[in-house]
Amino acid sequence: MRFDSLLDSLGHTPLVGLPRLSPSPSVRLWAKLEDRNPTGSIKDRTAFYMVEQAEKDGLLRPGATILEPTSGNTGISLAMVAKLRGYRLVCVMPENTSAERTQLLKMWGAEIVYSPAAGGSNEAVRVAKRMAGEQPDWVMLYQYGNPANARAHYETTGPELLADLPGVTHFVAGLGTTGTLMGVGRYLRENRPGVAIVAAEPRYGELVYGLRNLDEGFVPELYDESVLTTRFSVPAEAALRRTRELLAAEGIFAGISTGGALHAALGVAAKAVRDGESAEIAFVIADGGWKYLSTGAYEGSLDEAADRLDGQLWA
Amino acid sequence: MAIEVRIPTILRNYTDGAKAVQSTGSTLGELFANLDSSHPGIGGRLVEDAKLRRFVNVYLNDEDVRFLGGLDTPVADGDTVTVLPAVAGGAPDAARV
Repeated sequence: MRFDSLLDSLGHTPLVGLPRLSPSPSVRLWAKLEDRNPTGSIKDRTAFYMVEQAEKDGLLRPGATILEPTSGNTGISLAMVAKLRGYRLVCVMPENTSAERTQLLKMWGAEIVYSPAAGGSNEAVRVAKRMAGEQPDWVMLYQYGNPANARAHYETTGPELLADLPGVTHFVAGLGTTGTLMGVGRYLRENRPGVAIVAAEPRYGELVYGLRNLDEGFVPELYDESVLTTRFSVPAEAALRRTRELLAAEGIFAGISTGGALHAALGVAAKAVRDGESAEIAFVIADGGWKYLSTGAYEGSLDEAADRLDGQLWA
Repeated sequence: MAIEVRIPTILRNYTDGAKAVQSTGSTLGELFANLDSSHPGIGGRLVEDAKLRRFVNVYLNDEDVRFLGGLDTPVADGDTVTVLPAVAGGAPDAARV
């Protein structure tokens, strides 16, 4: 396949079957390989759509500065798009995200402001909003509330998925900004009545929650619970276990949040088997495992790996 | 066989410090009632006016029971029920990121 530029090659990712992890020939799992995007994650779609919309709206002019709270992938995608389109990027990132993310962001020319680990992504959002107030000429694209984030998935990810799997019964993805679930979810609900939209939410340790209890629960502006059919809460240990199973059984080397989505996908698969129903379950491989090697997720026993992840944001 | 109930730190004073206890029942409500018989007082921390308390999140095999049927959700031997305190701020159903 030939494209005029890197950005033109975005999306159109493969959907691959998982014959070994699927419980039966009538209950099948399918993985959408979003790690096959230009910077290696699903966030390339979001970044491209948000920048393009801001250009159309006249918010971004040549040389402008973009500001964004991000725990990594969106920042990396935005850094690539910003570099190609001639913008400066400042990312606000929790200090407890993996080392590779910092290196990648800097590699693509982004500047990084760290927010305290204790508040997680919520604190990064708060710090970014404060900085935006102090720098009125900077443009915050704000992935948690930018309709272009969900629209990217409504216009690209959703249609690609339905074209490849017209009989899809379940769509499963990680719940972060909620953009993937809202965009793909709305598209599928309009075009595939009866489809189930399933969220996989990371469950962090009590340490993180203990500190977060100081906060108000943060709900992304994009989030509309009525789009969801159900929601799973996935502990780090389960996400790690599934990430390793995906590698061992199907040869797919994915990031840890993908293990969370697989955990939820296997949960709905088990229910379909129990209820004697057939199912075509698609889930999202949000990124590859490369950025998480330093977390030790793929080495030693599961317990050791889970201990190493304790207190880190893994999705 | 029975149903395993995982208890958060904040409620382990009812379970002699145990992180997980076994109980039985055909629905989540029954399970919590039986749990309260063996660990008196814990039921009132989970259920109020025949509904799940607002600041408690309960997961059946990691699936949020508020999407399943609340206290009427069927449970079966071999299931795992996880109880967690919700994030303060009054939005137990809110997405956390």
